[in-house]
Amino acid sequence: MISTFAYELSYWQQTVLRVVGGLVAVLLPAGSFVYLYLFKMMSFMQSRLGPMEAGPYGSLQLLAEVGKFAQKEDLIPERADRMVFKLAPYVVLVSTFLMVIVLPAGPDMLMSNFDVGIYLALAVSSISVIGILMAGWSSANKYSLLGSLRATGQLIAYELPLVLAVVGVVIQAETLNLQGIVFAQAEGDIFGWGGIGNPFIFTQFIGFALFMVAIQAELTQPPFDMPVAESELVTGYLTEYSGMRFLMFFIGEFATAGVFSAMAAVLFLGGWYVPGIDPNSDWFNLLGPAVLFGKMMLVSFFIFWFRISYPRLREDQLQRLAWKVLIPIALVNIVATAVLKVVF
Amino acid sequence: MAMPGMIKGLGVTMKTMVRTITQGADTVQYPNVKEEPTPRARGVIALHEENCTSCMLCARECPDWCIYIEGHKYLAPPRREGGKPRQKNALDRFDIDYSLCMYCGICVEVCPFEALFWTPEYEYSEPKIADLLHDKAKLGQWMETVPDFEDYEAGSEAKKLTVPK
Repeated sequence: MISTFAYELSYWQQTVLRVVGGLVAVLLPAGSFVYLYLFKMMSFMQSRLGPMEAGPYGSLQLLAEVGKFAQKEDLIPERADRMVFKLAPYVVLVSTFLMVIVLPAGPDMLMSNFDVGIYLALAVSSISVIGILMAGWSSANKYSLLGSLRATGQLIAYELPLVLAVVGVVIQAETLNLQGIVFAQAEGDIFGWGGIGNPFIFTQFIGFALFMVAIQAELTQPPFDMPVAESELVTGYLTEYSGMRFLMFFIGEFATAGVFSAMAAVLFLGGWYVPGIDPNSDWFNLLGPAVLFGKMMLVSFFIFWFRISYPRLREDQLQRLAWKVLIPIALVNIVATAVLKVVF
Repeated sequence: MAMPGMIKGLGVTMKTMVRTITQGADTVQYPNVKEEPTPRARGVIALHEENCTSCMLCARECPDWCIYIEGHKYLAPPRREGGKPRQKNALDRFDIDYSLCMYCGICVEVCPFEALFWTPEYEYSEPKIADLLHDKAKLGQWMETVPDFEDYEAGSEAKKLTVPK
């Protein structure tokens, strides 16, 4: 991260930079998703205006919401397993923060240039399952338990297409390093024409589609929101949570949406790279985060568009979609990619 | 396959978003802009006290029993010299509890003497639920907001009634 600067930063300065960067990377997408997509786009798609009172066009509504949650009483059920109950939101949030570590935002703008970065990201994304299971079990509430079991079944089922969709990209890029995947796209060419590099969305479109469906389910966004199905389970594993702890789950959900969207942008849309500039130039250390943010917003636009448009699936439909449709397609995609990789 | 329908669904939401951004929303920003109530809107029930004979039909038909009527009989002086004094009904209390009312309008329908009317006013929420009990005087004040009856359908022979104000 620091190598291109004229002077070396000491360890504590790097640490401060990383903490600030991590917080920004988690909170900025979460905030912009909730305001732009959840408040505004959702309203527009339902022919209403959404929040308009707090700040210009309701832009400060989010602060008002946070203030509201901060004021609320922190309730813990009497029969709850208090320790586990209190710990669960942090576990969910930690998995989001850990995923940010390997996300590259520029040639030198990354927290850790980890060789098996995508592997780490997909592995730590599963930690949230443990947090959700903890929340459901410790709440001493049958709705919470049902919701968390549904969430666990769903996340495990959709972890597979998620991983398998990424394998195609990894085969093509010949590396597990996310930075390497970005460079493979930036320096690639489409049938000898290298004008825009080779974003893997063209060659791995099936993988991209699978990845989008899988992260939609991983994020438990509608139409895959059975774990919090409010008509059946109150709010699933969130039922007993209130105040700041609920807010933490809430931030975790949308921050994870941001990280997964950024991951999709890195894997399929070329990450921080825009055509026309040398990918090794220092400009990308400034431009990269903005480009990545733009691409992330584009990907998440589709996530939230699907979220707003489709009704919830049934539990068995969800499992059938994962095991009988997505995973076979993903396996075929891997085989085809491998064969084509060898042929060309 | 469900794909064509799913793509169509995405089109509906996208079209609605573009329409909302370019032409404005279907909703209005309520406290700043007031929506025009639809014709024959059921906002609140007004009482024209002179027409009420305290016959209790409305109170008995009310599914929620949210109408409270108390009255007494009194003898009015005879109309002609030497006649019998006439018996009349005085309305002491006529309350509608809007915290119970479900706006079915049966009381308005059932009133044989045209004493109850719908009005489209809707801004009468109260901080205290007990204040939603509207008494005779308050129900009488709503009379000012009763709109004229709409025209009957074309070719109707019936004489159009007027709202007693």
